[in-house]
Amino acid sequence: MKLGLVVDLDVCVGCHACAVSCKQWNTSGMSGALTDYNPYGEDPSGVWFNRVRSYEVGDYPQNKTINFPMSCMHCEQADCVDVCPTGASYKRVEDGIVLIDQDKCMGCNYCSWACPYGARELDRSTGTMKKCTLCLDRIYDERLEEVDRQPSCVITCPAHARHFGDFDDPDSNVSQLVRERGGYQLMPELGYSPTNRYLPPRVTRLIPTEDVSKKSLISSVKEWVNKMVER
Amino acid sequence: MHPAFSVIGFTVASGAGYGLFILLVLAEVYGFADIDVPVALSAGLLALVLISGGLLSSTLHLANPKQAWRAFFRFKTSWLSREGVFALVFYPLALLYLIGVYVNDAQANGLVAFVGLSAVVIALATVFSTGMIYGCLKTIRQWNTALTPTNYIVLALATGSVLLVLILAFAGKDSKTMAGIAIALLALGAMTKAIYYFWIRTVIGPTINTATGFTQGKVRLLDTGHTAGTFLTREFSYQAQHSLLTQLRIVVFALGFVLPIALLAFMILAWSSGWVALVGVFAMFAGITAERWLFFAEARHVVNLYHGAQHT
Ligand code: SF4
Ligand code: SF4
Ligand code: SF4
Repeated sequence: MKLGLVVDLDVCVGCHACAVSCKQWNTSGMSGALTDYNPYGEDPSGVWFNRVRSYEVGDYPQNKTINFPMSCMHCEQADCVDVCPTGASYKRVEDGIVLIDQDKCMGCNYCSWACPYGARELDRSTGTMKKCTLCLDRIYDERLEEVDRQPSCVITCPAHARHFGDFDDPDSNVSQLVRERGGYQLMPELGYSPTNRYLPPRVTRLIPTEDVSKKSLISSVKEWVNKMVER
Repeated sequence: MHPAFSVIGFTVASGAGYGLFILLVLAEVYGFADIDVPVALSAGLLALVLISGGLLSSTLHLANPKQAWRAFFRFKTSWLSREGVFALVFYPLALLYLIGVYVNDAQANGLVAFVGLSAVVIALATVFSTGMIYGCLKTIRQWNTALTPTNYIVLALATGSVLLVLILAFAGKDSKTMAGIAIALLALGAMTKAIYYFWIRTVIGPTINTATGFTQGKVRLLDTGHTAGTFLTREFSYQAQHSLLTQLRIVVFALGFVLPIALLAFMILAWSSGWVALVGVFAMFAGITAERWLFFAEARHVVNLYHGAQHT
């Protein structure tokens, strides 16, 4: 098996729900806690397994906002595992999930240097490295209903932008999505062969802009007044 | 990369220690310096102090040092593990060699020479591993080059040779040959460093386009998704002022190479005094520390692409 995620950049709305639910689920999981530093202060920070960033692609009017969630890609050539001197980082043979044994990690940060995707974060409170577990403690939990045996982020996503499955099976949902929508890997030139794939936005019609009415004298004056008046 | 002083101190000090030990053994076995028991022991001890101090300072940056003993067990895949194993194997060989020299009245022949040369090989392997820890990372183009381990080895030998000149000069021995070797090694170090600085100017590797997969248009970061810093920004986003980088490169060449070479030449031609060598050693360590600081500060990890960098 080659388990991983497909992220659909066409429909991701950038709500961060996956990141929050990941944090909620995993903070009491096998790699928990996902410590927060100064959570109620001016500069809240902490450990996350999943982060969402936003980009603008292209130039106006051919531009588009892309919300971009990233977690561990469970790479096939996981250098993060090879460089780990303690053997705390390992890749499971049976399903390809990359994990960190919290009891062995010495917190040298070296694996995070080897990861191109920023998937590994050191927890200062435990002194150990932490990362996405692909929700190992959900996907194999037979006490859960079958539909619930999926990563927390996948179940939570309100836009259905995240899909979980086995990439070795050509008929799995993820393999089909990748085939149909041209799913791609990030930074393939580095040779990590990440398992997770990203579905590009669908090509849509341009939103016309030439019919937007030019400013009239009145609207310009109104605009100016609005800027000047203190509320 | 964030330049952590524990790692900078470690690589500079332990590199010099290994270099000093290598040159001590070679000088003794091949007889190109006048080495007696006090010189051999003081050089050997200084080398061990520098190496051990360096290794201790490198454990300072571990967040969970109580698991550090496990670091010796991934020799097959990890350069960090290899460095640790070689560093460990070096100690008994080095101690045996020093004992042999002491017992044999500074005559390094037969078994003593064999142990010494084995220690040299292990020392070289250790420094090479240190270089490869950085050199093997595909994520940092400024490090992912054969120049990285080359620089580490050459600079270790160069700094070690200047230390040996210092010890010879203070012991009142003839240090001219050693000073000549040190000049050659420093010149070689300056050359490899110049090639390195020239080489990293060429931008290669991933861009924000290949990082996001949008290769047909401009990609700009709109929102990093976090309000304050994260582990990633603290570890990887360090960026020094361009002017500071240029100034430090001048420091590297002026203090690290030119001034020590000039002082060593002065020792050969005019006045072979330990005090001159000492000034050279201080200048050199200031320069090489700046070199190591730059090595980290100029390295740009590809994760910066996701934080808006167009290239690394
Ligand atoms: S994304 Fe990073 S942490 Fe995950 S397997 Fe790949 S290299 Fe390792
Ligand atoms: S931080 Fe932990 S998991 Fe990462 S390389 Fe070091 S020991 Fe291994
Ligand atoms: S698979 Fe689980 S651990 Fe990984 S990002 Fe999703 S919720 Fe987090």
